[in-house]
Amino acid sequence: MIEAGQPAPEFTLRDQDGERVSLSDFRGEKVLLVFYPLDFSPVCSDQLSIYQEVKPEIEAKGVRLLGISVDSGFAHKAFQEKLRIDTRLLADFEPKGEVARAYGAYIEKTGHANRSLVLVDERGAVEWVHESPTPLEIPGANLIFDALAPVA
Amino acid sequence: MPPAGPEDHRRGEGPELIVYADLGCPHCAAAWAEISARAATVVFRHFPVASKHPRAPALHAAAEAAGLQGRFFEMVDSLYGDRGHVDDPHLWQRAEDLGLDLTRFERDRRGDATATRIRRDFESGIRAGVTATPTVFPGRAVP
Repeated sequence: MIEAGQPAPEFTLRDQDGERVSLSDFRGEKVLLVFYPLDFSPVCSDQLSIYQEVKPEIEAKGVRLLGISVDSGFAHKAFQEKLRIDTRLLADFEPKGEVARAYGAYIEKTGHANRSLVLVDERGAVEWVHESPTPLEIPGANLIFDALAPVA
Repeated sequence: MPPAGPEDHRRGEGPELIVYADLGCPHCAAAWAEISARAATVVFRHFPVASKHPRAPALHAAAEAAGLQGRFFEMVDSLYGDRGHVDDPHLWQRAEDLGLDLTRFERDRRGDATATRIRRDFESGIRAGVTATPTVFPGRAVP
């Protein structure tokens, strides 16, 4: 897994509406990359639903939230509609899992990303990382707020 | 996570169980009968996940408004006991069945104070790392 202090690997992926999204589009802002295994799997659904509830608070701290999985943009669109969420979902679809691999979040054996959070700072460097012990464990939103809290 | 306090909704006697629950969640409804039957003080904290259960905010507001007339847990039991009737007319019927003042119930469930109270519980759950409902934390052994 990538570590804090390293440059965040640049990427360009399409979102659920087919729009191209590059990490560098957000230079000057913080970005929280939410790697998750798969659309429509029960655990992911809970994770993104919970994050949706606190998205205004996360954005109020100047952070953009981006979900990333190996599913296609069309699946992402349906998943977004099913969950009634408006978090942008990026398709790490072809080459499959390339971005997750670049961040060290890809699980070769299962063919999808582990549940990982990567906070990228305004200059494009990794500021904070959280990797779940297993894809079944959801990182609580409290971890995000702890990471965003000013250091005392 | 904040310990149970006087502002919490609590029922029963014995060691505390602090329950973060969503009134729109079928898993919570299934667990509620079992949780309620335990020899414990059940502390109910609101954890509505609106994107997942669109009626959850309205249901939590109804429970809170019933609570202002001393019937919080009766409304929770009613909502979990029958998940098929959750539109506004059904909520009015439930309020009437519980003997609530309907005008006051209507005003209270739409009030800012109610929304603020629910959000406070929700945020305490987020801070405690709640990611699914129901989530039960042990509270004090002897309240």
